[in-house]
Amino acid sequence: MTPVISFTGVGLTYPGPPPVRALRDASVTVQPGEYVTVVGPSGSGKSTFLNVAGLLDRPTEGVYELDGVDVSRLRERQRAALRGQRIGFVFQSFHLLQYRTTTENVALARLYAGVPRRQRAMTAVEALDRVGLAHRRDALPLVLSGGERQRVAIARALAQRPSLLLCDEPTGNLDSATAENLLELLDNLCADGLTLVVITHDPQVAARGQRTLTIRDGVLHE
Amino acid sequence: MSKSPRPSPRDLLGEALAGLAQRPARSVLTMLGTVLGTGAFVAILGLTATAAGQIDQRFTALAATEVTVEDIGGADPADTAASFPADAAARIAGLNGVRHAGVYWPVSPSAPRFAATPGAPANQEELAFVAAEPSALAAARPTLRAGRLYDRFHADRGDNVAVLGAAAADRLGITRLDGHPAVFVNDTPYTVLGIIDDVQRMPDLLLSVIIPTGTALRAYQPPHEQRAKMLIETRLGAAALVASQAALALRPDAPERFKVTAPPDPQSLRADVTSDLNSLFLLLAGISLVIGAVGIANTSLVAVLERTNEIGLRRCLGARPVHIATQFLTESTALGLLGGLVGGSVAVAAVVGTAVLRDWTAVLAPWTVAAAPAIGAGVGLVAGVYPALRAAWIEPAAALRR
Repeated sequence: MTPVISFTGVGLTYPGPPPVRALRDASVTVQPGEYVTVVGPSGSGKSTFLNVAGLLDRPTEGVYELDGVDVSRLRERQRAALRGQRIGFVFQSFHLLQYRTTTENVALARLYAGVPRRQRAMTAVEALDRVGLAHRRDALPLVLSGGERQRVAIARALAQRPSLLLCDEPTGNLDSATAENLLELLDNLCADGLTLVVITHDPQVAARGQRTLTIRDGVLHE
Repeated sequence: MSKSPRPSPRDLLGEALAGLAQRPARSVLTMLGTVLGTGAFVAILGLTATAAGQIDQRFTALAATEVTVEDIGGADPADTAASFPADAAARIAGLNGVRHAGVYWPVSPSAPRFAATPGAPANQEELAFVAAEPSALAAARPTLRAGRLYDRFHADRGDNVAVLGAAAADRLGITRLDGHPAVFVNDTPYTVLGIIDDVQRMPDLLLSVIIPTGTALRAYQPPHEQRAKMLIETRLGAAALVASQAALALRPDAPERFKVTAPPDPQSLRADVTSDLNSLFLLLAGISLVIGAVGIANTSLVAVLERTNEIGLRRCLGARPVHIATQFLTESTALGLLGGLVGGSVAVAAVVGTAVLRDWTAVLAPWTVAAAPAIGAGVGLVAGVYPALRAAWIEPAAALRR
């Protein structure tokens, strides 16, 4: 089976002065349906790993294959397209557009893929159903609780029909009860076959994964 | 996988408009500069066009076909001889484009007394006493209330006949001509042939007792203190030509004894009125447009910085830099367009309102009105370039920073 993520000697050095080797010689594979968590103290290179894995930054060395495609050689517009179609992002601070209803926010996911409006709205409604927010279709993010907002964000990521859900501290802004709810949702999504990479500094969150990668000073360990 | 997806333009437009609608108050305030600029532009062009149209209306065919020739005498002030030759009217009538031409002058007997009956006390001191050739009367385009004008026959014979202006007739108490009334000037009777109800030129004729030049020359001095003038009515468009030829035609030996007044060229007249004001106010309109552009640029830039997260998010959702730039450029262009629409509408209302208040005819060239939204959109587009580029340069990773 083609791994979703395959890092072979991937490294990223930010040009100086002085040059910063934020990620060194990382080699890791994530198989479809896996639930992988990445932990490490702040400044360890978690964000860099996320940026590289999410096609937001180009590695300066090594080969990164996403779904078997070597993405380090792709042109920027193709990387943008892949980002929109293969990777669903979930952020700590949700990043919802506060003047748009939840449905509009979720529908935004397919906008740049050129999906017609009506179809996007249908996909959005389905995704909201899937995260248990069918009753919040027309709500503005402002009236939602933190947990609900993060669910909308997850619905938006799901609407992209991604091969990979990339979560950056998804529970960072949530209280523990809400966080537990959200982690259950992630568990369920994984059970449905979605590939999950969750970046966190919380050991409890990290424990939910089938595998945990530790990153320290830019070096990745199993 | 090499094929990159393409969001529909309609969706991108929707995103941009949603961005504007998010903050209506700010959008309106940002628009204000453009509203003022385009509004000023349209209003100035509209008002000057309206005013110029007004001048055109006053500048009728009547004025455009009138040439006057004044006898200004020779260089020697003691030379009191009349400059007009006896056959002046015939000489001018021979010019191409002349319809009527005739000499007239104020007759100045010492203290003229006018009365409708002999020996009546002088009570009409305000009336003028004018000698005019029949063709001069015709050039004034009179309408008669009663009777008729005198003609060549009377003038050549020097008959004691007169024509009264309407106001003069009223003051003299002469209303009907069936009794062949006479007007007595210093007790000399002149049979009243007609009463002029109105004239289109030389309105002072209405307050005058008018006699033929032949009659005046026989009874009184030729004109010297107040010199004679000639009124020429030309065909439409011939005024300038006739004016250039009149002096020479009258006195080939001494054309400098005449001052010829031709109607002003309507085009230069209009240009004079409009150009001075126009350039000043258009400059002001330009300045407010620049201010409007700066306002839009400023607000857009602030919005870009504020919406860094949103931009990063969109990049994560697959937007390319060009999509981001397009969105912000569309937002600023739409702002400018709206500003232009509002400004243009306000200006049209202002022009029409002014015209109504002044009883003018509003004149608005369609292109000036149509230009307003276009100018507004152009301003927005130009103003949006830098913010849009800034937005496009934002790294998608920015969305991940909290």
